[in-house]
Amino acid sequence: MHQFEVYKIGPEINLGGVNLSFTNASLFMTISSALILLFLFLGTKKKSLVPTKIQFITESSYTFVAKMINDTAGSSAKSFFPFIFTLFMFVLFANMVGMLPYSFTVTSHIIVTFVLASIVFIGVTILGFIKHGFKYLGLFVPKGVPVVLLPLIVIIEIISYLSRPVSLSVRLFANMMAGHTMLKVFGGFVISLGLLGGWLPLGFSVALTGLEILVAFLQAYVFAILTCIYLNDALNLHH
Amino acid sequence: MKKLCIALCFASVFYVNKSFGSEAGMPQLNPEFWSAQIFWLILIFSTLYLIIWKIFLPKITYSIESRKSKIVNNLDEAQKLKESAETKLKEYNKIIENSKSEAKKIIDEERKKLDKDIEVKKKNFNSEIEKELAAVEKEIKDLKKTSLSSISKIASETSAELIKNIVNTEVNKSNVAAVVEDIIKKNKEKYI
Repeated sequence: MHQFEVYKIGPEINLGGVNLSFTNASLFMTISSALILLFLFLGTKKKSLVPTKIQFITESSYTFVAKMINDTAGSSAKSFFPFIFTLFMFVLFANMVGMLPYSFTVTSHIIVTFVLASIVFIGVTILGFIKHGFKYLGLFVPKGVPVVLLPLIVIIEIISYLSRPVSLSVRLFANMMAGHTMLKVFGGFVISLGLLGGWLPLGFSVALTGLEILVAFLQAYVFAILTCIYLNDALNLHH
Repeated sequence: MKKLCIALCFASVFYVNKSFGSEAGMPQLNPEFWSAQIFWLILIFSTLYLIIWKIFLPKITYSIESRKSKIVNNLDEAQKLKESAETKLKEYNKIIENSKSEAKKIIDEERKKLDKDIEVKKKNFNSEIEKELAAVEKEIKDLKKTSLSSISKIASETSAELIKNIVNTEVNKSNVAAVVEDIIKKNKEKYI
């Protein structure tokens, strides 16, 4: 599990007794962000009518996220497009950078995904209360439920609402960690079985790498689309 | 294959024991760097968010929107041009049809005129021919009549001369004329 180890790079930074050192995780967050900015820079350098290849990819990712928001949260969620686009790109690039050998996967740390999910959760909750006031609590009371069952349903709804950040963060974290662990295990088999028996696990690792790239994209997409769904609940409030 | 599977199982147990046993659990659950992670994540993510929001998204939006509007404009223009082309085509067809019907009219009129003309000319010609024919016939009749009388005269003179030469005596001309007249009368139906 060496690949998930966090260690500090450079001097230790301590602010009021809190450790804020720059770590390898921070480094790879910076690298992912820099790659996103590079990608967007190249994609917007020439604003030609007939898009160049990189411009086409940039614009495709833009329309992809825009369409996702429009389909799940409606046109009223348009003002949250920059945030969701950033979230999607950040998770996607962090996952993809993690697929490179000797790199560090930022999103394989529960604390990182939990902070991202918490930003979404807290933001959506505040937005819901701003938009609907105390009516937002009606989210916990589904329509057409028998009165006898109502207390139980409300409790279940509250628990499910509160578990949103947990499920959102654990889904991404567990997927990334499991994938990388699996790759490592199969890589270890290649070494331990040697030249004679190592070919089978090697083939598996190649296939798994492909699968992991798919998962990296899929999890970024799932993270973004769940954010859109939560946003839809807060904006449109119909259960 | 079975042997391979067993070997794989053994190897995996061995390997997992060796690689995970030495370390204490998952590094993710070690809270040593959590504060640092949270700090840097929020810092980097918010910076990224601001840069994307303020700098790059407007550019992409502008690019996409300008393309869209250009395409819409071009489509509109194409539609307009198509419509004008269609109206022009209709006008053109109308003109052709009109000119065709006009030409037909003119041709018909001309034909009628010509037919009339020809008929009139034919009539005139026919009547003229008939007149001419009638005149010629009359002339022929007259000629026949005159020729008949002159024939009898010539015949009587000739016969008188012949008789004079043959018989060598003077003949009474009136007698001869009477005989010739008689013969002519007898044979008149033969000649006329």
